Amino acid sequence: MTITELAKEERVGFKSPAVMGFVGAVVMLFFGILGREGEVAFEISRRNDVIQVPAIPVDSSTLGIFSGVLMLAIAGYSLSRSLKNLRTPIWLSSIYGLIGVIALLGWLAAGAAVPIAFIAGTALVLAVPIMLGAMGGIMCERVGVTNIAIEAQLLTGAFMAAVVSSITDNFLFGLFSAMIGAALVSMVLAVFAIKYLAQQIIVGVVLNVLMIGITNFLYQQWLTEDGENVNFPGTMDIIRIPFLSDIPIIGPVLFENRITVFLALIIVPTLYFVLFKSKLGLRARAVGEHPLAADTVGINVGRTRFWWVTIGGMSAGLGGAALTIGNAGAFGREMSGGFGFIALAVVILGRWHPISAALAALLFGFSIILRVWANQVSPGIPTDFITMVPYIVTIIAVVGFVGQSRPPKALAVPYTKG
Amino acid sequence: MSEENRWSQALKEILSGSFTRTVLSIILGFLVGAAFMIASNKEFIESLGYILSRPGDALGAAVSVVSEGYGALFRGAIFNAEAETFERAIRPMTETLRLGAPLILAGLGLGLTFRVGMFNIGGTGQLITGMIFATFVATRLELPFVLHVLVAIIAAVIGSTMLGALVGYLKARTGAHEVILTIMFNYIMLYFFTFLLRDPMLLGEERATGNPKADPAAETALLPRLLGDEYALHYGILIALIAVVVYWWLMERSTIGFRLRMVGYNPDAARTAGVSVERTYILAMGLSAAFVGLAAANQALGVSIGVTPSAHANIGFDAITVALLGGSNAPGILLAGLLFGAFKAGAPSMQVLGVSPEVLGIVQGAIVLFIAAPPLIRALFRLPPGQTTNALGAIRDRLLRRGGAK
Repeated sequence: MTITELAKEERVGFKSPAVMGFVGAVVMLFFGILGREGEVAFEISRRNDVIQVPAIPVDSSTLGIFSGVLMLAIAGYSLSRSLKNLRTPIWLSSIYGLIGVIALLGWLAAGAAVPIAFIAGTALVLAVPIMLGAMGGIMCERVGVTNIAIEAQLLTGAFMAAVVSSITDNFLFGLFSAMIGAALVSMVLAVFAIKYLAQQIIVGVVLNVLMIGITNFLYQQWLTEDGENVNFPGTMDIIRIPFLSDIPIIGPVLFENRITVFLALIIVPTLYFVLFKSKLGLRARAVGEHPLAADTVGINVGRTRFWWVTIGGMSAGLGGAALTIGNAGAFGREMSGGFGFIALAVVILGRWHPISAALAALLFGFSIILRVWANQVSPGIPTDFITMVPYIVTIIAVVGFVGQSRPPKALAVPYTKG
Repeated sequence: MSEENRWSQALKEILSGSFTRTVLSIILGFLVGAAFMIASNKEFIESLGYILSRPGDALGAAVSVVSEGYGALFRGAIFNAEAETFERAIRPMTETLRLGAPLILAGLGLGLTFRVGMFNIGGTGQLITGMIFATFVATRLELPFVLHVLVAIIAAVIGSTMLGALVGYLKARTGAHEVILTIMFNYIMLYFFTFLLRDPMLLGEERATGNPKADPAAETALLPRLLGDEYALHYGILIALIAVVVYWWLMERSTIGFRLRMVGYNPDAARTAGVSVERTYILAMGLSAAFVGLAAANQALGVSIGVTPSAHANIGFDAITVALLGGSNAPGILLAGLLFGAFKAGAPSMQVLGVSPEVLGIVQGAIVLFIAAPPLIRALFRLPPGQTTNALGAIRDRLLRRGGAK
């Protein structure tokens, strides 16, 4: 690569200020100037919280204008950074997104209340399966194996967790068997991809078909017949962490959850440290970027890929368990409902980085709860469009409009010793 | 090469060929399905308790559940010998053709992208786009018979092609992976379709019931019945058969097909030879979606009840398995589409017998899983590795007295 090419790649474009400016103007116009009449109460505390903070009432359209101005200001700052060929920092983009979300909430709930803790908490719970699935996806893709079968792994995990918990009456066994079941799916993918050099995308798609078939069959033949014995696990207890859970908003959202949520909150930063700060992670990334080089320095490419894909499956299986014993209880037909494919999008949206992917998963979780809630506070608003937003954002991200998303170089390429 | 050697070489070629592998995969798939049926059968599980004293019971239960299950599939999908009249006895076969048609059409579309080395996972999204266009023409326009159907079909093809070509354009322009793009468009189009079906001003029912649903297609826009009113089979299967021939000609005989395959084999070589790989991506995605659009027309115009958001019937994903099983070639996709169409047609009669037809989903998945890894099937059956000789061709030529390869 020549120096000019390098410089060209390093060039920070004007895409992010452009997008930020556009969205800011839209918020200002539709939620502010053309906004809806009425007051919005942002409820910070819940009724039975220890510390009570009064709700903050604001005028819906004033909030829209105020948010729009702030967002345009951030867009301006981003423009000035771009002029100096500097990237817009990710924390600033996050704040920008948060302001936009508050404006949207204020617009939707004109004349009603916004239960912040409830919305944020549910968004997190809904995001956990996606998040854990995405962590599994990252583990696979960082070593160069495309995992389209996240959906199958979530489904397997959900099924195993519900059934084993029901039979053994022990949620821990349920969690473990969910991880093992999904890891087995992963192993099939790994063996086909590494040993039989099959097309990874095809194997992934086919595993989805197969696992949907198997769980549907067992559900129909077994779980509906003998439901109270094998598909009646209930949900795990909610654990309150003392003191921390009393903090307004953060407490109930982060520190008052089921164990699946806590596990997700632990796995995400752990994966980040392992991938980017440890020797193990360096080796894994080397295998994903340049397997030949990794092989030359003595890393066993096949074995590395196999174990990372398997452990990735365990993470996705845990995500499946979060769907049943961590949220809904019983297993339902095809209950992963496309979460695996969302997780795949989240991996890319998060640019194969655990923390960013976790945030992207939250975006999807938020959009799901937002649709449900928006239907209640202001019926008549076409909520289908709210649901569409994360998918559109993903497309915008993949086509490289908001910075480049570059996959690991050897992704989906089988490695054969030359 | 001696005579004997030539024959054994030919046998090796047959054994290592994709035909043998496909047949073995299908047999294995049915065996996997049978294993699931047996393992979940109550009588079989009970007989396991005393298997050592009376092993015959377990065997009997196993044989009876499998023969009942697959027997029901045969009666529901091909020929029902128990029916009173001959007309009723062959009805299952017409159902297989009816349900197989959209699978064949969409399978051709997805097979086309596989040949170019791309993965169109977006059958569902393209199908829905086609259905939006077809439903608009069928419920909102008034045209005379024949013309109405034709306009609706063309509209469906245009709609699907536009989305497919957009994906191809985005891939060619930005290098974004088509798998992610198409999966995202699946969801976007599904929610957009739901939105359109909610509103009577758009595509929703005139007398909206709250559920997203369209009005039934105008009678002039429906695909006419093929064999009279006794059978639900309509012209969709004819469209599918024509499409199979068109696909064969397009891929095997036309210059476009040559270009598509060339990019599929080796994009770098194609580029060196002066083929615009980027433009080929757009072309391939557009053509692929055009076939899916015909499946969309089949879905939207084939039934006289209004379409709902779930009218895509998962054909976009099933078509992937069709294309894989059919080896992405025209006759293969035709047969694979009919096989999986038979699965759909036979499901209800399995249900009646108390065998969950979901087992067919397992069979379908297992078959394609075996197809996806040729080395696995070879290892399982100790088949010879791929042959590069042409002994089979030489024998065939000699039998046909053409001379040729020695």
